[in-house]
Amino acid sequence: MSFVDGNALAGPLGEIFAVDVTVATSQCASCGRTGPLAVLHVYAKAPGFVARCPGCDAVVMRLVRTPEGATVDMRGCVTLRIPLPL
Amino acid sequence: MARTAVSGRLIWRVATLATIRDETATARTLSFDVPDWPGHLPGQHVDVRLTADDGYSTQRSYSLASDGGIELTVQKVDDGEVSPYLSSVLKVGDPVELRGPVGGWFVWRPTDTAPVLLVAGGSGIVPLMAMIRARQAAASRVPFRLIYSARTPADVIYANELRLPAGGLDVHYIFTRNGTGRRIGVADVNTHGWPADFEPDCFVCGPTGFVETVADILVALGHQPRKVKTERFG
Repeated sequence: MSFVDGNALAGPLGEIFAVDVTVATSQCASCGRTGPLAVLHVYAKAPGFVARCPGCDAVVMRLVRTPEGATVDMRGCVTLRIPLPL
Repeated sequence: MARTAVSGRLIWRVATLATIRDETATARTLSFDVPDWPGHLPGQHVDVRLTADDGYSTQRSYSLASDGGIELTVQKVDDGEVSPYLSSVLKVGDPVELRGPVGGWFVWRPTDTAPVLLVAGGSGIVPLMAMIRARQAAASRVPFRLIYSARTPADVIYANELRLPAGGLDVHYIFTRNGTGRRIGVADVNTHGWPADFEPDCFVCGPTGFVETVADILVALGHQPRKVKTERFG
């Protein structure tokens, strides 16, 4: 199945967060790999977005939007480091 | 112009189709009027949402083609629900919902100084063209090289603009269905890209398989993975 880059999450996550989270660095809970959200492999043809680690293919993040709200499942992500210069 | 990573929470805006321009037999550029557009960086994209009378809604991401205004270049033959509507049904004056600009990773800033390699597969040229146009608008002297893979010469989008490129921009074409058509390979990237020692910023955009191939070639040629930024269509 075909995937796109984490760049594609900029819109869906921009609806939730006040900063561009695609440039934030996440750490994969499965293999420990770190990198920007923008390079995760995103499967967008599911009922939501499934973002997988480019190193080990484990699910790092899932995002589901319904008319009532959004659910972000981040159990595959140890940390999220967001560039926020003061 | 919004030139920082910190923006507000993203909302849908109503965009009105202002002009339509045919680029090739299968690609056309749509320019939109959007009130209070905050400006964008080359490489950023927008999400476009269509809603049917019965409430069914679908959306798709499009790269911004322009340096200043809101221009999207759409392939008529794309699968899916949004592109055929945008390229064949939408008329000048019609509204669509749009949100953006978004995406701070796959962007080139006119203040960047490293040499740039752009590699486009088909309509993957769109965000890369925004970078080329921004370079020209800023009178930047950063050396750019573009490797553009298209089916045939007739499928080259922005052909006129690329025919006489600004100084410091080299353009190399690969045609995949033109007689002895062939796919991009190591020799193309090695000859028409930059040596890895120059530490260029590499931007690769196209279908998933194309991007995968080119990104693997660049890393095998010694480019740091963090210097190879990709945007796949899926």
